[in-house]
Amino acid sequence: MSEETPAGTTDARPGAIDAVPVRHPGRWVAIAVIAVLVAMLVHLLLTNKAFDWKFVFQAMNQTPVISGFLKGTLLVTVLSMIVGVGGGVLLAVMRLSDNPILSGVSWAFTWFFRSIPRYLLLFTMGTLGVLFPSGVSLGIPFDWKIIEWLGMSGDWRFLTLDANQVFTGLVAGVIGLGLSEAAYMAEIARAGIMSVDKGQAEAAEALGMPKGKAMRRVVLPQAMRVIVPPTGNETIAMLKDTSLLLAVPVIGELFYQLQSIGSTYYKTFPIAVAATLYYLLATSVLMVGQYFLERHFGKGFGTTAPRAARPAGAGGA
Amino acid sequence: MTDRPLVHAVNVTKSFHHNEVLKGIDLDVEAGQVVCLLGPSGSGKTTFLRCINQLETIDGGRIWVDGDLMGYAERGDKLYRLKDKEIAAQRREIGMVFQRFNLFPHMTAIDNVIEAPVQVKGESKKVARERAQALLDRVGLGDRTAAYPAQLSGGQQQRVAIARALAMQPKLMLFDEPTSALDPELVGEVLAVMRELADDGTTMIVVTHEMSFAREVADTVVFMDAGVVVEAGPPADVIGNPQHQRTKSFLSRLRSEHS
Repeated sequence: MSEETPAGTTDARPGAIDAVPVRHPGRWVAIAVIAVLVAMLVHLLLTNKAFDWKFVFQAMNQTPVISGFLKGTLLVTVLSMIVGVGGGVLLAVMRLSDNPILSGVSWAFTWFFRSIPRYLLLFTMGTLGVLFPSGVSLGIPFDWKIIEWLGMSGDWRFLTLDANQVFTGLVAGVIGLGLSEAAYMAEIARAGIMSVDKGQAEAAEALGMPKGKAMRRVVLPQAMRVIVPPTGNETIAMLKDTSLLLAVPVIGELFYQLQSIGSTYYKTFPIAVAATLYYLLATSVLMVGQYFLERHFGKGFGTTAPRAARPAGAGGA
Repeated sequence: MTDRPLVHAVNVTKSFHHNEVLKGIDLDVEAGQVVCLLGPSGSGKTTFLRCINQLETIDGGRIWVDGDLMGYAERGDKLYRLKDKEIAAQRREIGMVFQRFNLFPHMTAIDNVIEAPVQVKGESKKVARERAQALLDRVGLGDRTAAYPAQLSGGQQQRVAIARALAMQPKLMLFDEPTSALDPELVGEVLAVMRELADDGTTMIVVTHEMSFAREVADTVVFMDAGVVVEAGPPADVIGNPQHQRTKSFLSRLRSEHS
């Protein structure tokens, strides 16, 4: 217990460790190789005439390109993800419900929309108007049959839209991408909900919460911790899939607009660079957003909240 | 039936996949009483407790809490299953404390306590907060209201869980092995809170292995084994002078483990 050394010996009790660290010669080799490669890349970027940076920035600055980026790329990404996340959570709750019809419908939806390539789906969306030559209406279903039985005439429709107007352009794109996304998000949300301990829903129900409220207030906020990271992935993938809007066809979209400039001036490579820069920029912004979302839903899980020191001697109430 | 007990359970049966875990349980608990359920694991005591607030549905028998038939409406000679919302309303009168606390990890201690009063009863946040503060003071955690469950020890979490259940001002408190998941040195603080509740006249049903708690606090001790009540009575009789062989061997096994 004492600091003194035993009589007759000189060695003290060992103190702080001051050891020679392990050397990593491999690391230095790797650093050297990477430094050379980076130098080559920088040299390429600065000196190769094919980059034509002036043209790249000019192309990026064109009004149709900027508007294509804002509307066709960013806005469609946001709207499709709203449809996708909302629909996905709804589908996941349906899939996990005791009701076999709800769960079956959810399964079938996921099966259908995951099976179809997005390009084909968007192409189909653009042509759906052909199904409804007399337009899409809001009213009583099968109204013409009921009216026929009753021996009356006229119709029971409150609002009729031209189907070719509905299934066109950005609206068709958002519907197509949103439904496809909902099918993928359903699986992500289901995994998130299943990751929450069953005791959480039980505790909420034992307090008298109806099942729906227990899901909204207790289970989903915890499931979000698991749902957010793959949703970030999905959002970034969606950002890039907006370039498929051409299938609808929608041309007010970033990549198409850049391509048309490229083919006008016979400069395809600088156009690819310009598009790459735009997507890099947008992805970076999304990643910052994801960071803050993860921080919000990580509350209470020891990832962000500062850990207050536990009071000493907590025993005895 | 004018002076019906607060909890009146008759011939309760429950099976899981053809395995009968409750074989006709009868239990009466008077208001203000503390009943401890003892018995080896697998005896059905936790299942029975969960049946009282309908976390499990029973296959046979009836349970009344404060005169309300749990889970069903009786009209004529027919039983009608209650809707989800009606079952939720019945549960509001019954507080439950779990073995693994089950606090909501994404909410602070005080938010855990006000969650049900605000969301279920529609109380204003201000009123709920004042009462929650008083409840957390009462369980000795008045200075930890802003802590998340992960920042609290097991004993502290369980005390927050007790405050959370009390916040709904239940007529009955159920405790499912409230100290079994705790480190030994943290058991005392939770039992102390429960003792205080018992002294204040809270009606409690406690599934526990804490013999000294049962002996000193319980009005009635019920010993269960293999889905039946083997014997029930004051702790002095059931623990002090058990009549049945199964009770005797269970108690002597517990004693040898704890000595």
